[in-house]
Amino acid sequence: MSAHPPMYFKNRLYYLLIAAGGLVALAGLYAVHLMEDHGHVITGMNNQVVWGIPHVFAIFMIVAASGVLNVASIGSVFGKTLYKARAPLASLLSIAMLAGGLSVLMLDLGRPDRVIVAATNTNLTSVFAWNVVLYSGMFALVAVYLWTMMERRMNRWTKPAGFAVFAWRFILTTGTGLIFAFLTARQAYGSALLPPMFIVLSFAWGLAVFHLVQTILYAWNEKILDPAIMQRKKNLLGVFIVGSLYMVVIYHLTNLYFAQQIGFQRFILRDGGVYPQLFWWGYVVLGNILPLVLIYWPGLGRTRCIFSASLLVVLGAFALLYVFIIGGQVYPLDIFPGYEASSSFGDGQIASYTPSPHEILLGFGGLAIAFITTTVSVRVLNFMPQDKHYITD
Amino acid sequence: MSGIDLRRRNFFKTSMGAAAVAIAPGILLFDAAHGKPPAGDGKVRWGMLIDTTQCREGCSDCVTACNKENGLPGGTSATAVQWIRKVEIKEVSTGRKMSLPMMCQHCEKPPCVDVCPTGASFKRHDGIVLVDRHLCIGCRYCMMACPYKARSFVHEPVTDQNPDVPRGKGTVESCTLCVHRIDNGQQPACAESCTNKAILFGDLNDPDSDIFRKIRSVASVQLRADLRLNTGIRYQGL
Repeated sequence: MSAHPPMYFKNRLYYLLIAAGGLVALAGLYAVHLMEDHGHVITGMNNQVVWGIPHVFAIFMIVAASGVLNVASIGSVFGKTLYKARAPLASLLSIAMLAGGLSVLMLDLGRPDRVIVAATNTNLTSVFAWNVVLYSGMFALVAVYLWTMMERRMNRWTKPAGFAVFAWRFILTTGTGLIFAFLTARQAYGSALLPPMFIVLSFAWGLAVFHLVQTILYAWNEKILDPAIMQRKKNLLGVFIVGSLYMVVIYHLTNLYFAQQIGFQRFILRDGGVYPQLFWWGYVVLGNILPLVLIYWPGLGRTRCIFSASLLVVLGAFALLYVFIIGGQVYPLDIFPGYEASSSFGDGQIASYTPSPHEILLGFGGLAIAFITTTVSVRVLNFMPQDKHYITD
Repeated sequence: MSGIDLRRRNFFKTSMGAAAVAIAPGILLFDAAHGKPPAGDGKVRWGMLIDTTQCREGCSDCVTACNKENGLPGGTSATAVQWIRKVEIKEVSTGRKMSLPMMCQHCEKPPCVDVCPTGASFKRHDGIVLVDRHLCIGCRYCMMACPYKARSFVHEPVTDQNPDVPRGKGTVESCTLCVHRIDNGQQPACAESCTNKAILFGDLNDPDSDIFRKIRSVASVQLRADLRLNTGIRYQGL
């Protein structure tokens, strides 16, 4: 047993992890192939719920990809040394999640083979078309930013690149929120509150993902994160959680105030079965209250607590997105206000949606792409935060 | 002036000639591809007036005619395409019942066209809202944006297509107002099939048309008029 040095087992574990990630990504691709072959009929999506689980995964990854850069921005834009040391890792995670999220979005298209059409035909009034530019621009910009940080001769460009990324990601998350904010007729969407809400959510989700990866990276390299650093990052996560919960509360509160929205709010918060359950238990309790307890309860708040809190924030994010995206679609459109409607096309009826294994595999395939990108990169390049002696900012 | 190099001059002439010959067919083909003027001159606006008092509950002649005309399979599952559907509505306060056909409302300001990333959703000059099957990437954003749930995503491979109405798996489609019939001077199939004459089709901008005169004389509404999309389909008796 002990004939092999510990490094040997670590190497094997590394390749095992890469293989596992690769297998999930391949399974996702196979699911896409089946969806292409048979059509979307093999997914749970239909003419009422047109966006399903793949979009929950994709939007989580894209929003978190923007939010994780907060760590980098606090370093480069606001000059905090503690965060500056973490900017390369944050940028890597951003690129990885963006790649995963965009892959899912693209592969879920009815005609993914026509992605070149999307690149060459642009409708300027479409926020989707803006997002094509915003997402690819983000990719390039973060890559340049990373380069200026990792190539010593380019270091003097880090600050301007950091500023550009800072501005770009705000616009990008605004663009993601606008996808829903621009929908005039759906009860769940069409609110100017959504872009800022997505921005604040991105802070919490991005930082949670960063905490998870950072903790694993330190453990893997058998290093201990300075408790003082942990303390500050933990407080930041707490603030972001409270901030995002505030936005979600205000969003529902404004809706509850409008008579025309009350039916939808009752559905999503009380009567809608799985959706209120997911909202209250998944998002509010698991995704917010429990993490806040883990962070702030006296005696708690250590590394393991913060790891668990971050994990819960990510799970809460999925619960919220499921309620927001799918719950928002299953509720029928109010085409005939004041009337009860019924038809062969689901008018006036709550639609049903059960995700199929294909689309779930596609979602996890996207996560696997992000996982592989991150795992390989932290192995071949140095993304380990290099904390000099702890400096108070 | 024997310094003039004629060979050089001739070379330029030949090159220019060759370039023109090389480029001309491309330009001509480009013209051929884009030369067809957009249908309608902007003066015509096709639309319909649907008289709900004449629409019978349980009758689905318009739906059957639409499916036949456009080569649609006619299923009613959650993933089946339905370009037109019969909706039964009941007023909550009075219990008054009505039946009416619902399809793409051919808005003057269509949200589907605004949100389409590739420009596949477009509006013709005569007001008909269509999907360009070569540009649609199947993102379904238009379906999210449509206030009338008028669009269907093709979830399965298509068979038995009508040559006039090309369709394709993985793209979005909806009522075309039977544009292929209109361009041949005919009425949409649903309007023609309605035995009760509940669907009146015509040019909303032509003062001599029946629809124009009727819209001036009877009260009609647009669905979700609060959205100010100025639909081409109007309802009477709602």
